[in-house]
Amino acid sequence: MNQIVLLPVILPLLGAGLCLVFGRSARAQRVISVAILALVVTVSAVLLYRADHFGPQTVNVGGWPADIGISLVADRLSALMLLVSTIVTLCVLLYSFGQGIVEFGRDAPLSVFHPTFLVLSAGVSNAFLSADLFNLFVGFEILLVSSYVLITLGGTGARVRSGTIYIVVSMISSVVFLVAIACVYAATGTVNFAALSGRIADLPPEVSNLLQLLLLTTFCIKAAVFPLSAWLPDSYPTAPAPVTAVFAGLLTKVGIYAIIRTQTLLFPENDLRTLLLWAAAFTMVVGILGAVAQSDIKRILSFTLVSHIGYMLFGVALGSAAGLSGAIFYIAHHITVQTTLFLVAGLIEYRSSTTNLDKLGGLARAAPMLSVMFFVPAMNLAGIPPFSGFLGKLALVQAGVDDHRWLSYVAVAAAIVTSLLTLYAIAKVWNRAFWQPAEDAEALGADSHGGSMHGRSGVSTKTERTSTWKVADDGEQRLPLGMVVPTMMLVACSIALTVVAGPLLAFTARAADELQGRSAYIVAVLGGGG
Amino acid sequence: MTPNLPLVILVGVMVAAGVTLVLERSLTRILIGFVLIGNGVSVLFLVVSGPAGTAPIVGLSDEPMSDPLPQAMVLTAIVITLGVTAFGLALAYRAWQLTGHDDVQDDVEDDLIRRRAEQDETSVTFDEADAALPDEEGSDAPHHREIHEVPATTVPEALDADDDTQALP
Repeated sequence: MNQIVLLPVILPLLGAGLCLVFGRSARAQRVISVAILALVVTVSAVLLYRADHFGPQTVNVGGWPADIGISLVADRLSALMLLVSTIVTLCVLLYSFGQGIVEFGRDAPLSVFHPTFLVLSAGVSNAFLSADLFNLFVGFEILLVSSYVLITLGGTGARVRSGTIYIVVSMISSVVFLVAIACVYAATGTVNFAALSGRIADLPPEVSNLLQLLLLTTFCIKAAVFPLSAWLPDSYPTAPAPVTAVFAGLLTKVGIYAIIRTQTLLFPENDLRTLLLWAAAFTMVVGILGAVAQSDIKRILSFTLVSHIGYMLFGVALGSAAGLSGAIFYIAHHITVQTTLFLVAGLIEYRSSTTNLDKLGGLARAAPMLSVMFFVPAMNLAGIPPFSGFLGKLALVQAGVDDHRWLSYVAVAAAIVTSLLTLYAIAKVWNRAFWQPAEDAEALGADSHGGSMHGRSGVSTKTERTSTWKVADDGEQRLPLGMVVPTMMLVACSIALTVVAGPLLAFTARAADELQGRSAYIVAVLGGGG
Repeated sequence: MTPNLPLVILVGVMVAAGVTLVLERSLTRILIGFVLIGNGVSVLFLVVSGPAGTAPIVGLSDEPMSDPLPQAMVLTAIVITLGVTAFGLALAYRAWQLTGHDDVQDDVEDDLIRRRAEQDETSVTFDEADAALPDEEGSDAPHHREIHEVPATTVPEALDADDDTQALP
């Protein structure tokens, strides 16, 4: 029965192969991708149940013993991450069908998109399940390489420009990760998490601090923690809406997951908590100040993404069970909400052919449905009661106050300020895109068009784009059902998180206890297994 | 474990040279730098695996054998570096096709701020009341106000031109 732990990694890879075989038929590709991802969602749900009731589920790939071979482990944290991420991936996949069909006709094959998307999903699952550092590296590489393809999809000028930055930064972080693995192996002779947890404790503190710093640097680049976050707001907004959505939801969270896993399992005696708390506070505040200054919905969302990474890091940095529990809850909440918002931004872009706040207006009257779909997750993100965003922030703030150190109070203050500023940034989007009368926006838009005429090469791109999109300026553009329904599903998921917040918080508390106890995980990997 | 000093120095030199190249503007040079760093790290794994021994096959000989695990890891790392480099080269080629060079370009925002600084423009939210004050370079007020009358809405346009709405190909 434990063998099902393998499925979330193997199935998407298999599906990717099948999609390549059926590359000529768009319909076959769609059926395969959906079937595979739906299966993975089911498997993840089963894993979550089993991990909660019977302890961590392990499997040693190929029957090698855990300390030399590769093992996959699904404990409560992994299983929850896996379930949330696969549900989100499935919804985004459905959304991309809607968009693809609308733009390119029912039978146009998107021959690269589906296999790459499935490989990305396999990489994410592998990273969540892996029980050793090197397999984690491989998981990261799988998801990164497919993300390189997805972010430069189509190879247009803007995407090549922003993709280059993303790719170079990711490559460097991977090399740092390799150096970290080499150092860990040199110091301890193993890369298995469970074995490491015992051996790192025996190392001199300088060595273990060095290892911890190396690993943290790597994961902080991947998770976009300040000051290593500058790459994110520049590279995400240019990609297609479904790609940005799935990146925003998943990729940075894999980094946070890796931080949680290594901090709790390998370095429980944490000397770097002060550093992490500062990083968390700065990530929150600097990120949200960036969002406040922007005037494009996608860029605002990218900056709030960076900023809210700070909340999760804050929970981890506290090191208490309550902090961890809050952080895990916040990850689940944030994956759903951030993805939903990016999908809605995609819908806005589809409808109005821009996400620029200076040109949008009157959407609340023209598209009430869209407004609701934006409003609910936006308020959720800002942390308005009774949504899950509020509950997650409340849990984190409580954990911070219970910590009784002045630095924790500073971070709590930063968290509250960030929450307010998030509300401000979101309200700005709401006021200008949805409530501002359309005529004002048109006037502004006309002005800006006139103003941009002198000496600008970008104007040509603009006209070209309007023609490819065939969007009528009279605002009569109807939103395709194929894009609306998946977005609605995710909005429903984010509301569902609020409804089940009680049991979920109890679950994350158990997950945090399990992480801090460590023994269940170690016994499951090294003791039994097989 | 006593590390092999020449190898350690080799790693240092390769990574240092690689870092220098990565700091360049041209994507091709960045990639060569990345390959150098990657190879340096591969050598680091050799250092990590301890003294060289016989081939790691059980029962082949009685002498101490090499540690096979770092070798397995380094093989995986080499393959991954190869794939990523190939992708990077394709990307550099595409950039060259589109723009005639493969220089990594500036952040849109940076570009925007620089362009507006050159034109001595103010932002959309700039306070009118303060406009009479001379700016940092001490340029006179009339000149300043003249610029200000043209609605300073180049900001959204520039962002917009770069942001690409074409979805899946």
